[in-house]
Amino acid sequence: MSAPIYPGKGADSSHARLAAIFNQDENRTNWHDQTLWWVRQKRDNAARQLPEWEQLRQWASDIKDHTLSNLDAYLVEFEKNALANGIKVHWATDAAAHNSILHEIIRTNGITRIVKSKSMLTEECHLNEYLLQQGIEVVDTDLGERIVQLRKEPPSHIVLPAIHLKKQEVSDTFHEYLGTEKGNNDPQYLTQAARIHLREKFMAADLAITGVNFAVAETGGFVVCTNEGNADMGAHAARIHVACMGIEKIIPKAEHLGLFTRLLARSATGQPVTTYTSHFHRPRAGRELHIIIVDNGRSRQLGREDFRNSLKCIRCAACFNTCPVYRRSGGHSYHTAVAGPIGSILNPNLDMKAHADLPFASTLCGSCTNVCPVKINIHEQLWKWRQVIAAEGLMEPSKKIGMRFMSRVLARPAIYRFAGSAARFIMRWFPFLLKNKSLNPWYKQRELPQAPKESFRDWYKKQRS
Amino acid sequence: MNNRDQILKAVANGKPAPKPLSLPDWSSIAPPPDLLVSFEQFVQAVGGEVLFLDNTEALQQLISTEKASGGFIINRAGEGGVVDEVPDSPRLLESVKIAYIRGSIGVAENGAIWVDESAMGNRILPFICEQLVLVLRENELVADMHEAYRRVQINREGFGVFIAGPSKTADIEQSLVIGAHGPKGLTVVLLPAL
Amino acid sequence: MLTVGLFVPCYIDQFFPQVAIASLQLLEKLGCRVVVPTNQTCCGQPMANSGFAALAAGCDKNFIRNFAGLDFIVSPSGSCVLHVKEHLSDQHAPTEAARIRNQVYELTEFLTDILKVQALTASFPYKVGWHNSCHGQRGLHLSSMSELVAPDFSKPARLLQMVDGLELILPQRVDECCGFGGTFSVYEEAVSVKMGRDRIREHEANEVDCISGVDMSCLMHLQGILNRQGSRVRILHIAEILNARS
Repeated sequence: MSAPIYPGKGADSSHARLAAIFNQDENRTNWHDQTLWWVRQKRDNAARQLPEWEQLRQWASDIKDHTLSNLDAYLVEFEKNALANGIKVHWATDAAAHNSILHEIIRTNGITRIVKSKSMLTEECHLNEYLLQQGIEVVDTDLGERIVQLRKEPPSHIVLPAIHLKKQEVSDTFHEYLGTEKGNNDPQYLTQAARIHLREKFMAADLAITGVNFAVAETGGFVVCTNEGNADMGAHAARIHVACMGIEKIIPKAEHLGLFTRLLARSATGQPVTTYTSHFHRPRAGRELHIIIVDNGRSRQLGREDFRNSLKCIRCAACFNTCPVYRRSGGHSYHTAVAGPIGSILNPNLDMKAHADLPFASTLCGSCTNVCPVKINIHEQLWKWRQVIAAEGLMEPSKKIGMRFMSRVLARPAIYRFAGSAARFIMRWFPFLLKNKSLNPWYKQRELPQAPKESFRDWYKKQRS
Repeated sequence: MNNRDQILKAVANGKPAPKPLSLPDWSSIAPPPDLLVSFEQFVQAVGGEVLFLDNTEALQQLISTEKASGGFIINRAGEGGVVDEVPDSPRLLESVKIAYIRGSIGVAENGAIWVDESAMGNRILPFICEQLVLVLRENELVADMHEAYRRVQINREGFGVFIAGPSKTADIEQSLVIGAHGPKGLTVVLLPAL
Repeated sequence: MLTVGLFVPCYIDQFFPQVAIASLQLLEKLGCRVVVPTNQTCCGQPMANSGFAALAAGCDKNFIRNFAGLDFIVSPSGSCVLHVKEHLSDQHAPTEAARIRNQVYELTEFLTDILKVQALTASFPYKVGWHNSCHGQRGLHLSSMSELVAPDFSKPARLLQMVDGLELILPQRVDECCGFGGTFSVYEEAVSVKMGRDRIREHEANEVDCISGVDMSCLMHLQGILNRQGSRVRILHIAEILNARS
């Protein structure tokens, strides 16, 4: 399995470094920030139209909490009902198992043409790369995903995969691969070109892969939400439909869909509902419907008390759009399939060492937690992952040495006072020692505070004793 | 142990103590003051339009005029006259200009309309046609998605869908473009209550 | 008369003594007896937020030693107060630690909820751009949050409205983070500074005379950027404004 290459990825592929590269083009950073902030505002407006919004979040959170506490039983119930519906159910403990199940379905049915609508799970499993190595091409059909696929880039956002790109870049890509007019940057024109290009792919496809937004235990069916209609075009045109879902996609009852569909689109894009909310229960006559239920670390996360409720996530990306760090660092800086705040608490579970930087890519401002439609305490989990990562010794040694030194100073009032006055002394009389842009990151674009002659304690002692 | 049992065992080991599920009281949510006004407003907000017709004859007239104009028109709505058979092959449906399909309920809070597989004739029809017309009666509106899911039995048929507006995308610089992969237009025909 | 322990965060003690002085004078003006434990150092937040909460044990112990027995502990820093509220612990003194966690207040929270201040004698005839600090706002709920569907309120703004001549100006992004984030400010320098610059741009467009907030750490970060840019906009902690003489 090979992970996609993230731009700028090299010896130091930390979020901080990739984000610094992203910020070298300030106009572009501003544009990225403002575009996503606009999405956040659309979400705010949609939420404010519902006086019951906070109540809905609480209910959704409660239902997800309940489901996770009984997940094995719900999975069994879902499987039983799905089988009775004529759906073929597969189970995959990890990404490799998921990919090989799909490969097997493709191989035994002699499939050559495959379309796929958006599925973050298949991104997480690097399915496309795996199948390419077997000589099998998968065509992504979500417009944003098709754009980044043609550019050989990973998506930078789970709802808006090409949000990092400007229309000129999309135009150049389409000119190169789809033969559109050079320099025609009109989104309408470009979308129409993609429509024609992908219509042909849909019509030719033998097999369609989709994700799953919600799987209903009670009915043994699943729901897929899109705006473009690409999941449906693929699933209804192809002979075989394979839906890939993480074990956490289960909800107990059909009536719960009312709650989650109300929250999902409003949180994601500010729409009152997605254009298509498609409910699949049985294959059409003569066709096949498969579901692959994937664990890939989720049961391990379920066992982590502090982090299990990250599994409540419904992938709306509201936390991306609100995150002031995400907006100013771009999705690729997170070097993972799922970026943003939620990615920063999910990915350390998948590979703690590779993603040790992510929980630190946050100011812990807490906005993510507030927008989350299922009330995941994202910023608190970021804090807790920091503790786990430090305890596992996965941080740069220099940070640990610095912190240890600092903790010793701060735990001893006399040493603290000495260090404080020494620091102020140096800042007052030898500021050049600190005014070094390469050694002191603070000073690169910020002045140091003016050091006063005396500390508050000094003043207080003089005044009040 | 196979993948299934491994996963179920790991989940059983990892899951927290049971948390009871108390079913929310959906009835505490206030409905929009006027379902029809709200429905019309949201159909427009999601990119569709509402056409009020006085009776089924008007709809039949509309459909026969369209059919006479020569395009590939499929009518699946009983109120619209003869119900057409739908070919099985998606290739044969690629050129459908307008499909008239009977919705079962409309949702006032978001303009979504539920469509059952049997109403479509072929699951791909409401997605592959160039223009989609969904037919409803005014008494078939519900307040919100909570009520909608009480009214719709999602597994009664093999497939069913809520459709809200024409297909759309904003994947290029967040510019809204109507007509991504599916219909480029959606009209909701509202007939008077029966 | 209420007895209040003034918790002076380490960086305020060393670099911004005027903020602690203003807090002390303000509390006294409002009739409190203020105790300043002189062996206080730091709440331990820098270590804890960097993943080394375990290394904050010494700070916790020292904090408890300094503030044990006080009914109210008040500090001019939302961030440090939130840290104490959420994380102060001592396995040898769990009851005292829990009591302190409960009794620690951010200054404007204390003025609003405990002292129930209805009037101030301060005067500050300037345009003040308000910065909502995340830990005070989203952590301590000093004001309503733009993400939530809930009634609007702001404890600090309500106090500022009692100041003569003051014109309070909120930026459009009313509660976006300034980008300080403790060690984030140096480890993620590029994003941190960008966030700060964006906050400042809004305040400058509003032609404010100064930017104020409840957290000197955010303000120190903004001040660093303002000074580098040669801006005329000043930084003042809310305690300095509420204590400004008529």
